[in-house]
Amino acid sequence: MSEQAHHTSHSPLPYLLTLIALLFLTGITVGAAYVDFGSSTVNIIIAMLIATFKASLVALVFMHLRHDKPLNSIIFLSSLIFLGILLGFCMIDLGSRERVYPTGLRKVDPPPTAAPAAAPPAAAPAAH
Amino acid sequence: MSNSTHDVAEHRFRQHHFANAEQQLDTSKIGMWLFLATEILMFGGLFVGFGLMQGVYPEAWVAGHHHLDRVLGAVNTVFLLCSSFTMVMAVHYASTDQKSKTVMNLGLTLGFAFAFLVVKYFEYSHKFHDGLLPGRYFNLAGIGGPPQQAMFFGFYFAMTGIHGFHVLIGIALIAWIMIRANRGDFSSAYYTPVDLVGLYWHLVDLIWIYLFPLLYLVS
Amino acid sequence: MADIITSPHISGHADHHDVDYLHDGKGLKSWLTTVDHKRIGVMYLWSILFMFFLGGVFAMMIRLELLTPKETIMSAETYNKVFTLHGAIMVFLFIIPSVPAALANFVLPLMLGAKDVAFPKLNLFSWYIYMAGALIAIAAMVTGGVDTGWTFYTPYSTTTDGSVALMTFAAFVLGFSSILTGVNFVATIHKLRAPGMGWFDMPLFCWGIYATALIQVLATPVLAITLLLLIMERTFGIGIFDPKLGGDPVLFQHFFWFYSHPAVYIMILPGMAIISEIIPTFSQKTIFGYRAIAFSSVAIALVSFIVWGHHMFTSGQSQLASAIFSFITFFVAVPSAIKTFNWIVTMYKGSVAFNAPMLYALSFLLLFGIGGLTGIFLGAVSVDIHLHDTYFVVAHFHYVMMGSTVIAFLGGLHYWWPKMFGRMYSEPAARIACALVFIGFNATFLPQFVLGSRGMPRRYYNYLPEFQALHQASTVGSWILGLGFLIMAGYLFASLRKKMDAPANPWHSRTLEWQTASPPITHNFHEVPSVGGGPYDYYRPVGTGRNA
Repeated sequence: MSEQAHHTSHSPLPYLLTLIALLFLTGITVGAAYVDFGSSTVNIIIAMLIATFKASLVALVFMHLRHDKPLNSIIFLSSLIFLGILLGFCMIDLGSRERVYPTGLRKVDPPPTAAPAAAPPAAAPAAH
Repeated sequence: MSNSTHDVAEHRFRQHHFANAEQQLDTSKIGMWLFLATEILMFGGLFVGFGLMQGVYPEAWVAGHHHLDRVLGAVNTVFLLCSSFTMVMAVHYASTDQKSKTVMNLGLTLGFAFAFLVVKYFEYSHKFHDGLLPGRYFNLAGIGGPPQQAMFFGFYFAMTGIHGFHVLIGIALIAWIMIRANRGDFSSAYYTPVDLVGLYWHLVDLIWIYLFPLLYLVS
Repeated sequence: MADIITSPHISGHADHHDVDYLHDGKGLKSWLTTVDHKRIGVMYLWSILFMFFLGGVFAMMIRLELLTPKETIMSAETYNKVFTLHGAIMVFLFIIPSVPAALANFVLPLMLGAKDVAFPKLNLFSWYIYMAGALIAIAAMVTGGVDTGWTFYTPYSTTTDGSVALMTFAAFVLGFSSILTGVNFVATIHKLRAPGMGWFDMPLFCWGIYATALIQVLATPVLAITLLLLIMERTFGIGIFDPKLGGDPVLFQHFFWFYSHPAVYIMILPGMAIISEIIPTFSQKTIFGYRAIAFSSVAIALVSFIVWGHHMFTSGQSQLASAIFSFITFFVAVPSAIKTFNWIVTMYKGSVAFNAPMLYALSFLLLFGIGGLTGIFLGAVSVDIHLHDTYFVVAHFHYVMMGSTVIAFLGGLHYWWPKMFGRMYSEPAARIACALVFIGFNATFLPQFVLGSRGMPRRYYNYLPEFQALHQASTVGSWILGLGFLIMAGYLFASLRKKMDAPANPWHSRTLEWQTASPPITHNFHEVPSVGGGPYDYYRPVGTGRNA
């Protein structure tokens, strides 16, 4: 019951401030989209950082996570972590799909003419 | 706020398998957050697919997003942010026994939600008219540009469509707790449904916070 | 008697004191509107057993068809549909809900000393969703069938005829039911443990179910969105998974296995959870390594999320990803082995009774050993390239899914049957059935290891003549298995026709579900139990410590 009553001690002012901050950040997001930061990747990263900041505000203030039992925050964060796992492993796969790694199990003598052409792709992964 | 109010609320709304109201509230909240986690992972799957395909076809994504109206997207963002604010105010007033303000804020939330859907309706009908449809229905000959725009619009409609579906469910839930609030079901001793619907509604907002820059502001 | 508990708002202090849950309300309506976790568990039990029967009939048809090369009883097209339906029914409609939704629904609140699960109405709702999913799946079978295999791989699944969209929608709906069960159990375990019961005072079954529920909550949503995308792919051709349109079919496999690999652990963890109950009870000895078993459940759940790529070594996934996934896969063996060794040591110097549940538990140890170790072979990239898509894989996952999970489920069913229905079954008949199931299972699937390592591909309708002897051995094995199940059905149904004769605690167990009547009263316990001491304190005299 004390739990139910715990919001009552707060004034609604933080909610209003949060709304203003969210609207302001939305403006920045739209504005930043018109600015060229050199590459679209930078633009996307900036937009995602602002979005994450906004989402954190919503979660902490509107969704009361800053006052709530820690378990609820853990549940929320774990969903993001597992999403990160899905994204991370898919990116590892898609990002390295074209590369062929030398196995070192078996040496095949390349045909004499193709030798210089075959060498760079085999060596390339080592450089990364 | 008197003890007797608490006792009445406890008597009316406490389910028999809970020892007390606090245990019941904690349990409801855990349940809701677990459900929200599943929502995040479901939308997250879409986001991951969207992001990976954007990495493969960046030109198609840029070309596709030029057909989206940034202004309408921004307006809708503002609508949802405001609705989130009125929702949290409704929870606040419900927790402080201010019935009429609770109902009023829930009504405002509904209004913003409908405004969001109206804008979405105009966006969708504009897309339908221009042949900006998902997959094989995409009018590539009329629009030009990279063919993978069809995939971009597949994602666009999947993401905004599922999000819009959640807005519809949210509207139904908010209307339901509005009726209950008006009936006087809630007090500072018991307002769990308002709290939980609020959490759901904020999540709908939270997802849109990511959808908006991802879809409308690719550049 | 007259009063039917349909609403959790009614507090049941006075009238239902001595009425068991089976007799608290009569008629179909009292069952269909119940929010009692025990009744919902029983409804789930009959539903999944029916599905097990259906999937089993398809399995027998597959084995019969493979008795001879070429056509035996059905055409190649029908064969493709039959093995798809066997897989889809067994995975989505039987194994995944089997232990969590049916058995755990019944015993988890009892073990925790709770009156019900956290969200009783949601619990009932999840059963209705399950039934809706089952009906949609049956509709998909009747209207054209599905021939994609239960994995729905693209681009085949987006181009083949048949009711693929309907079947995937059924899996989507069933996933939703599974999520609700998971949410319910996590909340129940967190908040509804009896006063005095700390996390490490819970029976290990609860730890296993907790780990399972975590996977259900965290993995199933990704399957949901994958299946929705698949439906969109079929309807609109959005091209995400279609290489012709620039999409990536391997991405589908990533999404699919992000759920479906953890789903394998949704299947095996509850089985392990049952074994952790049966072995200490029938050894009358404290479980060895309680914390190790508890934490290994959670460890398996977590590791299960980062190994899914081992299903994709031959899919065109990058070599780097394959190497990483293969490496991590070996770590699954560690917590699995921790559990196995602890179970074996628990029996050491115990007074072991070989009742039917214990016979199933011992079968589990052997069969899981085979299933788990062959899994390590398949987790190694180089070996898997050779064995992928052969009968070796089929034999491996049947040793895990059927040899382990289903055997553990049967053990649990026999273990809790007296508690659920208040009746003892015929013990000699149960032992014979168990022996037949064990022999039949091994006769069916051991030859398949040999078939696979000699190169017999899975899902093939036809085969070379030199494989016929082993295929026939396998088919004969399936008949022995079927006979075992027939006998089991016979004595279990026969027991239901008797009058109630089961004592409250026929196995002399110390966990809480046995400290109330068989069958339990509607509110489970006359008073809220208070707990002092662990769930396996067999060294204490009866009546001291827990629930004394």
